Amino acid sequence: MAAVHETVETVKSVDVDAYKYGFVTDIESEKAPKGLDESTVRYISAKKNEPEWMLEWRLDAFRRWKTMTEPDWSRVHYPKIDYQDLYYYSAPKKMGDGPMTIDDVDPELLRTYEKLGIPLREQEILAGVTTSRVAVDAVFDSVSVATTFKAELNKAGVIFCPISEAVHSHPELVKKYLGSVVPVTDNYFATLNSAVFSDGSFVYVPPGVRCPMELSTYFRINEQNTGQFERTLIIADKGAYVSYLEGCTAPKRDENQLHAAVVELVAHDDAEIKYSTVQNWYPGDSEGRGGIYNFVTKRGDCRGARSKISWTQVETGSAITWKYPSCILRGESSRGEFYSIAISNGRQQVDSGTKMLHLGKNTTSRIISKGIAAGRSDNTYRGQVFAHRKATGARNFTNCDSLLIGNRCGAHTVPYIEARNASSTFEHEATTSKISEDQLFYCMQRGLSAEEATALIVNGFVRDVLQQLPMEFAVEAQKLIAISLEGSVG
Amino acid sequence: MDVSVKNLKTTGETALAALFAPSGAAASKALRQRAFDLFQTMGLPSRRLESWHYTDLKRMLANVAPRAATSAAANVDAEAGACVIRFVDGHCIGHSALPKGVTLRGLSDVLAQGDADTLGALYASVGSEDPVVALNAALADDGVVIDVAAGVTLDAAIILDFVSSDATARSEFMRCLVRVGAGAKLTLVERHVSAQASAQRHLALAVSVGAHASVSHVFEGVADLDVLLASLLVDVAAQGNFQSFALVSGGRLTRRQIWVRAGQATQVGLRGVSLLRGEQHADTTLVIDHVEPNSESRELFKHILDGSATGVFQGKVVVQPNAQKTDGGMKSHALILSDDATMDNKPELEIYADDVVCGHGATVAQLDDDQLFYLMSRGIPKTQAQAMLIEAFALSAVDFVEDEVQREQVMTFVRDWMMARGA
Repeated sequence: MAAVHETVETVKSVDVDAYKYGFVTDIESEKAPKGLDESTVRYISAKKNEPEWMLEWRLDAFRRWKTMTEPDWSRVHYPKIDYQDLYYYSAPKKMGDGPMTIDDVDPELLRTYEKLGIPLREQEILAGVTTSRVAVDAVFDSVSVATTFKAELNKAGVIFCPISEAVHSHPELVKKYLGSVVPVTDNYFATLNSAVFSDGSFVYVPPGVRCPMELSTYFRINEQNTGQFERTLIIADKGAYVSYLEGCTAPKRDENQLHAAVVELVAHDDAEIKYSTVQNWYPGDSEGRGGIYNFVTKRGDCRGARSKISWTQVETGSAITWKYPSCILRGESSRGEFYSIAISNGRQQVDSGTKMLHLGKNTTSRIISKGIAAGRSDNTYRGQVFAHRKATGARNFTNCDSLLIGNRCGAHTVPYIEARNASSTFEHEATTSKISEDQLFYCMQRGLSAEEATALIVNGFVRDVLQQLPMEFAVEAQKLIAISLEGSVG
Repeated sequence: MDVSVKNLKTTGETALAALFAPSGAAASKALRQRAFDLFQTMGLPSRRLESWHYTDLKRMLANVAPRAATSAAANVDAEAGACVIRFVDGHCIGHSALPKGVTLRGLSDVLAQGDADTLGALYASVGSEDPVVALNAALADDGVVIDVAAGVTLDAAIILDFVSSDATARSEFMRCLVRVGAGAKLTLVERHVSAQASAQRHLALAVSVGAHASVSHVFEGVADLDVLLASLLVDVAAQGNFQSFALVSGGRLTRRQIWVRAGQATQVGLRGVSLLRGEQHADTTLVIDHVEPNSESRELFKHILDGSATGVFQGKVVVQPNAQKTDGGMKSHALILSDDATMDNKPELEIYADDVVCGHGATVAQLDDDQLFYLMSRGIPKTQAQAMLIEAFALSAVDFVEDEVQREQVMTFVRDWMMARGA
C-alpha cells in the first residue's frame, strides 16, 4: 500500500502540465551552421578530430541518405520535417578539447545534472544515500560532458567512454563493430544518424568479465532547434555480462525537436546484455505543441551461442515515438527478451514494439508489452516474430496488453508472426480493455479514491515489466507512470 | 524514387486493363469507370500494400488468361431442397426453382436499369478501396442480384455454384449481391469445387444483412483453380447476425478477403479451415469494422500446412470511437507439418473506444509429440494417430457450421484430405 500512496502523492505534487524536466540550462553553445550538407558532416567529423576512415564512413552514409525517402508506414502523423532547418551539432562552449577531469566541467552543467538527479562527482555519489553505484556517461546536446567511474571500470578491463573518444582510443573495436548490427543503409533515420552522429556511449566488456557496476548514459537535449543524434555501441565478449541504463529528458519548447539515435548491441558466446531505457523526452503540451520526435533504431545481435539480450523500456515521453528494439538471434540457443511499458497521454503518438528474428537453432524469445493510452493519444504496438527455415526448435511467447483510459484515445496492435519451419512454436496473445468497473469499485469500496484506485490497478497491470528493471530505475519508472497518467482519471 | 518507374505496368496489369469495356446505363458506367480508374492508379497489389503484405499478386498474376466466352443456358436441378444458381466459366447459366420470397435478377439487367440503391449496394460497399475489389467492379460482366424478402425464413440453402467446364485457362469476372430483408433467415453457400480446372476467378459477393436478419455463409473453396480472388463485402444492420465458415483447399493461389461493417448490437462470426499442400498459397484477410455500440465478433481460423504450402492470415478488428461495449475475439492457429511450409500471421487490433473487451491469439506449432505418443502407445499407427489429431484440430472450427448437410460435407473433405496425405 505504501508504494501506492507514494504514487498518488507524486501525482498530487505535480502541476497540470506535469513535465518536470522542462527547464532550460542557460549556457553558451557552439553550433554547426544550420542545415545539412556534406560540409556539416565534415564539420562534425573535424570537431571530433576524427580519423579519415571515420569521415569517409559518415560521408558514405550521407550520400546514401540523400537517395532515401522518409518511411511512412507507421501509425504516426506529423508535419514534414525540414532537415535543413535544424542544427546538427551543438556543444557547450566552455568545453575544452580532449579528456578532462570533472573539475573542468562548467558548473552550470553540473548543476543541470544535479537538478535532473544525476550526480556526476564520484565522491558525491559515494557520499550519497544510494546503496549501489552507477557509472554515468552524461551527454549534453551533441557532446559527452562527463563519464564517471572510468578508472574503476578500467581495473576490471571494462571500456566505458564516449564513442567519440573510442574512435581514437580503440579504433580496431569501433571499426570492427560500428554498423555491424545496424548497417549504414538500414533505414532512413539510421542512415541519417550514421552521417551526423555526434556522441554516445561505447562499452566493451572483455571475455569472462561481469561488469562490476551498472553503466548508464543520460541524454539531455538543451539547445533550441537542435537534433540529437547519439550512437551507442555495446559489446559483450564471450561470457561477459553488462547491464546498461539509459535515461533522457529535454526542456519544454514550442517547436518539435528531432532525436534520431542508433543503438547497437553485440553479444558473443554465453554473454548477456541487459539494456534498460526510461525515455522521458518532453512530450509536448496538452494541445500537442512541441515535444521530441523520437526516431530510434535499436538492435541487438546475439552473435554467439547461448548469448542473451534483454531490452526493457519504459516509454512515457516524446511527442512521437518510433522505436523497435530488436534481437537478431543468430547464435544457437540464444535468447531475446523485450519488456515494454508505453504510456501515452495528451496528443502523444507511440508506434513501438520489437522484432525477434530467429535464425539459429533452439533460439527462444519473449515479448511482454503493456500499452496504456490516455487523453487523445494513439498507442500502437508493432512487432515481428520470424523463424528462419533453419531455426528449428525456435520458440516465442508474446503477450501484448493495452489499456485505454478515456474514449478519445486509441490502442492498436499490429503483430507480424512468420514461421518458416515445422518445429518452431509461436504463441501470441493480445488484449485490449479498459480498467474494469468491478476492480475500481472493489478498490474504492475499501476507501481508495478513484485516482488512487486507478494508480493501483495500473501498477498491477505493468508489474511484469517493472520487475525487469534494475532497482534504481524501477522506483523512478513507477513514479513516472503516475505522472504520465495524471489528469486522465475521471 | 522516380515517378516514371511507378507507372510502368506489368503485363498482367496491361492485359487486365485491356478487358475493360463497361456497358449499361450511364449511372452504372460511371461507377465502373471510377473503379477502373482506381485500379489503374493502384495497379495489382504487391507486398508494398500493407493489406497484401504476404501475397504478391503483381508477381503471382503475371499471366492473365483470356476472358471466358458466354456459356449456353441450361436447366439446373435443386440439390436436396437447396436452390442452386449455377455459373459455368464465369457466366450464369440458370437456376433451380426459387424459394418463395426470393427474387433474382441478372447483373446485366441491373446494370441496364441502373437503379441507384442496387448500384450503391453493388459498387459502393465496404472494401471498395481495395484494388482487387475495384478491378472486379470494373470488369465483372456477369452475376446475380438476389433479394430475400423481409421476414422470410428459408429452410434450405441457396447455393451459388461456380463451375469450370474444362481445364482451359480462362479469366472469369463475377459480382453478386445478396440482400436479406429485415428478420429474414438464410443459409448461403458459395461453392467452388471443380477438379482439374485452371481458371482465374475474380469474384465479389456483397451481402447486406437487414435488421434482425440472420445469414449463415459457407464457402467451399476446393476447386483446382489457378487463381481464386474471392471478396466478401458484408454490411450487417442493427441486431443482425452474420456467420461465415470457409473451407479452403484447392488452387494455386486463393485469396479471400472479407470486410464486415458491423452495426449496432450485431453478431459476427468468421471461421475457417485451410488445408494446404504442395505449392499452394492461400491468404485470408479480413477487416471487421465495429461502427456502432454493443456488437460482438468472433474469428477462428485454422491452417494445416504440408509440403511447401504457404498460409496467410491477416485479421483486423477495428472499433470506432462510437462502438462502446464491443466484444471482439480473434484467434488464428496453425499446424505446420513440413519444414518447407510457411505460415504468416498478422492479427491486428485498432481500437478507439475505451469500454471494450478485445483480444486476439495466434499460435504456430507442430503436432504435439506427447499426444502422438499417447495415441501410438494405445496401438494406433502413426499416420492414423496424426490424422486423428489433425481432425480434432480442425473440428473445433468446423463445429460452427450450422447447416448439417454442409457440416458433414466439410468434415468428409477434411478426412479425405488426411487420408490422401497418409497414403
